Amino acid sequence: MHEVSLMQTTLDIVLDHAAQQGAQHIHWIKLRVGELSGVIPEALTLAFEIVTAGTMAANARLEVETVPVMCHCSACDLDFQPTSWVYVCPTCHQFTTDLRQGRELELTEMEVS
Amino acid sequence: MCEDCGCSAESVRIHQNHDPQLNQAGTRIEAPSVHHLDLHAKILEHNDRIANQNRVLFQNQGWLAVNMLSSPGSGKTALIERLAQDQRNDWQIGAIVGDLATDNDAHRLGHAGVSAVQITTGTACHLEASMVSHALSKLPPKPWDLLVIENVGNLVCPAAFDLGEQIRVVILSVTEGEDKPQKYPAMFKSAQVVLINKTDIAEAVGWQRDLAIANLQQIAPQATLFEVSARTGAGMDAWYAYLDQCRQDLNGPSPRPQNSQVLQIGRLSSN
Repeated sequence: MHEVSLMQTTLDIVLDHAAQQGAQHIHWIKLRVGELSGVIPEALTLAFEIVTAGTMAANARLEVETVPVMCHCSACDLDFQPTSWVYVCPTCHQFTTDLRQGRELELTEMEVS
Repeated sequence: MCEDCGCSAESVRIHQNHDPQLNQAGTRIEAPSVHHLDLHAKILEHNDRIANQNRVLFQNQGWLAVNMLSSPGSGKTALIERLAQDQRNDWQIGAIVGDLATDNDAHRLGHAGVSAVQITTGTACHLEASMVSHALSKLPPKPWDLLVIENVGNLVCPAAFDLGEQIRVVILSVTEGEDKPQKYPAMFKSAQVVLINKTDIAEAVGWQRDLAIANLQQIAPQATLFEVSARTGAGMDAWYAYLDQCRQDLNGPSPRPQNSQVLQIGRLSSN
């Protein structure tokens, strides 16, 4: 359940930016979460409710965009989205470990007033 | 109703263009302006920054830092004890040990001749780079050959946290089932080394070695595999040789010695 720790870190960043804007309310925040980040979006949602309680983000909406894994096959010079946790090039059927996206954990946007 | 200001705008969750409102005293007040912020901030930036500081320290001091990760009970502490016992005349070994509670593991390692600092994380299910940084300040100042970071027993959460280590080792013991890599892909895909431990009881527990290796080939083709027994010492020499090579080549790429198995199709040796 490291999502609580991650969401606390996220909230700290959010509150910093809100304070810089002199904001009183946080309306919503958006996160990008890679499929291979080891984070479960549902657990993030629960963690968000826990850590925002009593803060200016208490009524904020959380939006989580899941970022699919994207691999690269160097032999075929091909980016592809694997269909399972086994990353096999759809053209040459070789395994690849070259990951181009899927580990993201980003706070992308927020709205305050 | 607008949830932000309480005005009566319909079908709007947050009404962005408020007219000036009247407060109870009848004074006109301006509604706060809405700001949309594009941030693109990495949530783990703070951890990653401290992890990089740890990494620079390890490199500058010439310490080989190894992050050991597994389920509880896979033999992380036993592997460090064995390592210390076998290398006691050659290597200075320091350890940082993470558990939710108790300092049992640090005591065990102390008896094995390892200088160990226990981190008790309370409710946290993983180590973070700042915890390691803090623990480093408690280690006696020695020219460590090897600094072993024994993470909290957990195959999920610690995967996301870089500690600054040079080598990430994931341990799978034969009692856990051959499909662990499929069940915890994020962890196994992050491993540079996979140790299969408790091979001395493989037969007794019906360990299907070929199946386990095939599973690792699929999920973690990047990893170097060693099959070992912390109890009997079987297979440990190849693991030590790998560590020794890494120590000698701290600033270079991780070596792939002849006597290890590289989990790549067509390159898997058998023994």
